[in-house]
Amino acid sequence: MLFYDINKPNFMQGFLMSSIKRLLKKYGKNRLHLITFLKELQAEKGFIAEKEVQKLAEALGLSMTEIEGVITFYHFLTDKKPGKYVVYLNNSITSEMAGMEEVARSFEQEAGCRFGETSADGLITLLQTSCIGMNDQEPAALINDVVFTCLNQEKVKKIVAWMRQGKPVQEMVEEFGDGANRHELVRAMVKNNIRKAGPVVFGDFKPGEAIRKALDMAPEEVIEEVKKANLLGRGGAGFPTGLKWEFCRKEKNGEHYVICNADEGEPGTFKDRVILTERPQMVFEGMAIAGYAVGAKLGLLYLRHEYTYLKKYLEHVLQKMREEGILGQNIAGKGFDFDIEIKMGAGAYVCGEESALIESAEGKRGEPRDRPPFPVQKGYLNQPTTVNNVETLATATQIITHGAGWFRSMGTPVSAGTKVLSVSGDCEKPGIYEVEFGLTIKELLEMVEARDTLAVQVGGPSGNCISEAGFDRKICYSDLATGGSIIIFNKTRDLFAVVRNFLDFFIEESCGWCVPCRAGNVLLRKKFEKIAAGRGTLQDLKEIEAWGKIIKSTSRCGLGQTSPNPVLTTLANFRELYESRINKEADFIPEFDLKEAVAEACEITGRKFTEEHEHA
Amino acid sequence: MPEKIKFFIDGKECLAERGQTIYEAAKANGVYIPILCHFEGLKPVGSCRICSVRVNGRWMASCTQPVTEGMMVENQTPEVEEYRKAIIEMLFVEGNHFCPTCEKSGNCELQALAYRYQIMVPRFPYLFPRKDVEAFPTFLLDHNRCVQCRRCVRAIETKDGRKIFAMKNRSGQVRINVDRKLAAKMSEEEAQKAMEICPVGAILKKEVGFKVPIGKRKYDFKPIGSEIEEKSEGVKNE
Ligand SMILES: Cc1cc2nc3c(=O)[nH]c(=O)nc-3n(C[C@H](O)[C@H](O)[C@H](O)COP(=O)(O)O)c2cc1C
Ligand code: SF4
Ligand code: SF4
Repeated sequence: MLFYDINKPNFMQGFLMSSIKRLLKKYGKNRLHLITFLKELQAEKGFIAEKEVQKLAEALGLSMTEIEGVITFYHFLTDKKPGKYVVYLNNSITSEMAGMEEVARSFEQEAGCRFGETSADGLITLLQTSCIGMNDQEPAALINDVVFTCLNQEKVKKIVAWMRQGKPVQEMVEEFGDGANRHELVRAMVKNNIRKAGPVVFGDFKPGEAIRKALDMAPEEVIEEVKKANLLGRGGAGFPTGLKWEFCRKEKNGEHYVICNADEGEPGTFKDRVILTERPQMVFEGMAIAGYAVGAKLGLLYLRHEYTYLKKYLEHVLQKMREEGILGQNIAGKGFDFDIEIKMGAGAYVCGEESALIESAEGKRGEPRDRPPFPVQKGYLNQPTTVNNVETLATATQIITHGAGWFRSMGTPVSAGTKVLSVSGDCEKPGIYEVEFGLTIKELLEMVEARDTLAVQVGGPSGNCISEAGFDRKICYSDLATGGSIIIFNKTRDLFAVVRNFLDFFIEESCGWCVPCRAGNVLLRKKFEKIAAGRGTLQDLKEIEAWGKIIKSTSRCGLGQTSPNPVLTTLANFRELYESRINKEADFIPEFDLKEAVAEACEITGRKFTEEHEHA
Repeated sequence: MPEKIKFFIDGKECLAERGQTIYEAAKANGVYIPILCHFEGLKPVGSCRICSVRVNGRWMASCTQPVTEGMMVENQTPEVEEYRKAIIEMLFVEGNHFCPTCEKSGNCELQALAYRYQIMVPRFPYLFPRKDVEAFPTFLLDHNRCVQCRRCVRAIETKDGRKIFAMKNRSGQVRINVDRKLAAKMSEEEAQKAMEICPVGAILKKEVGFKVPIGKRKYDFKPIGSEIEEKSEGVKNE
């Protein structure tokens, strides 16, 4: 990232004009590229100035408010000038468990400013962000888009000292991770931590074989094979992939599109990052196979902003595939054209929801759409679009190579094949495990060497918090479904802190469109705090359950529809914990605690609080 | 004759045009489903969720969901009504609504819904957020009262299709953001239209107030929704 002295107005003005002109020339005067424009402008000097918003608005025929709406929607876009170095410290629960508080304090001490602020010398801005997909190497942070893992006090001291010397961020990375993380185009300290490579995603793979084989089949036969394999979506919802492709293919009108969902925002999920690092071509071939099946010529990889460090490398893989004739025009000489573009996200969990993702890919605020119409009917640019998860597409590639029968010989009858799990939290061996469906939680805990386990969060905050009573349950679509996130908590952990972290996550990440999710979750959190503080009654437990149900039922998209799960599933599986916190005698305790509210005033004035029983 | 779809609302047989939403079809059949964010003629957005109904155990917003053949819609069942009431209460605690001093009192759809649902005190704690009041040449925007229905966003545009009102931020920080330059060019009539389209007292035209005295306003005479229900009773009596 480059920084210029924006105190020199003349220099900047000329620079400004030319960069917007250059962008419009490069991408065309199309609002479709708005987020790309904004990201490139921000990359130049750290923020998007009002003047630029005005110029862009004029060029694109938008109002300034429309553009401001987009900027303020995303975590990683800003219209306020930040420091030269911007630290985004991950605040997910695994980061908290690994010592985030201490790391945060030392950043504050060293930088001389609090989180949410910029240091007085304008050098450092400290911010927090939701899960960045590094849960097995926490506490982690993004500094000017470069990933820093396993942070501690010493590392923070060293990093801030380097910042004072003006060292470029990339040069602060001294150790590199394993596998392709060492590739010259990646050079990240990120680790793959593949603990168990299974036969599908991390199995044998001969580049080019699957796409060649697919192109020798009719598109309908490709769909049939995927249907026969009973491949269910790996992104969380578990929709049958073959059926989705068939629906999309059947839409006769317009261009068709394939989108690979690499937004991976569910806290505790990092398997798509590792798949993209180690098996990018398997994913891209899967996109081409999907494209052939549905009749598309273009595929988009929607890559979350947090994985910017993989972009150049992935582009390089795409370029290599083009050169080898398995992407682009006339693939493998079989007359099929298909290419892939990378679209970058800008930081928003809700953009993993497929219709919000499409909005974001069109350069807008990532707000979900109403369904119907479904993306397969009207998706990207209102054209038939199939959105699939990274792992789903990689798996489809292997199904085409090895056949549906091979695939169905693994897993369970309903949940065929393998699942790549990302395991983090309290265990000896956190990381990536590709396992067959049907594995019990108990077997998984042994595999990852977890001891004294109190709870296992399956499927991230939107999933289910399982107690020991459920350790015989199986990971599969008909029992415990998961998009890949497994977070383990041992008996020293306070589950209330976990629930609080998850509730805060949903409050922060709600797109704000609909009332139950936007307001309801804040109210749910208030009620939860009352109970956690020991001021709850049995009535409060009933109410929190009822409120959770209202939010789940009436919210507009999957985010709101799952957001009360942290409370509801812990309440169902750890009821005794809640009961031990409440006041069983009282019928009613008011929301407002007068004694607490005046405590500070009492201390300052040296007066004692006395309960008023009689009114004069 | 175009083919009609048969469906049911609380057991009552109804007919819908193909492509009609549950809300539209209900209205055409004289059944009131409460709405707040929806406005006749604008594309529905399903933001308030007050029109939620239940079909086969699944919840959906009736303003965006098309009717399908044989659909059994639960509209006035206790649970559906209870959930709607909760959402209305959420809106009251999420903003700062001091009805007695509001120019829109009596014409306000949120207030009218609260009366219809007999809300005395919300079950939720008040959040007392800090929100601003902004002034523009022809109107005021009081964020304290905004329910983020997006009607203004959908309805008010410049002639060349630029949005004068747009959404800003995310989550609980979502606000209506007005383009100052474009708003400065809004005429008196456009300000009037904006005020009328706003269901609450968030957009107020400047320099008019209490022209119609409180007590003589729209919902002071009849509860919200009665215009639809009366029509249906009229049909029955014929
Ligand atoms: C709030 C929310 C976030 C989501 N995030 C992701 C994500 O990061 N990656 C993903 O593949 N699917 C995500 N999904 C699911 C997608 O909407 C969609 O179902 C999926 O991409 C379809 O791909 P699949 O069928 O291959 O699983 C999310 C859904 C919701 C409601
Ligand atoms: S449930 Fe509603 S507010 Fe929440 S993310 Fe979905 S659309 Fe946005
Ligand atoms: S200002 Fe009025 S019309 Fe606009 S979103 Fe708010 S409540 Fe709705």
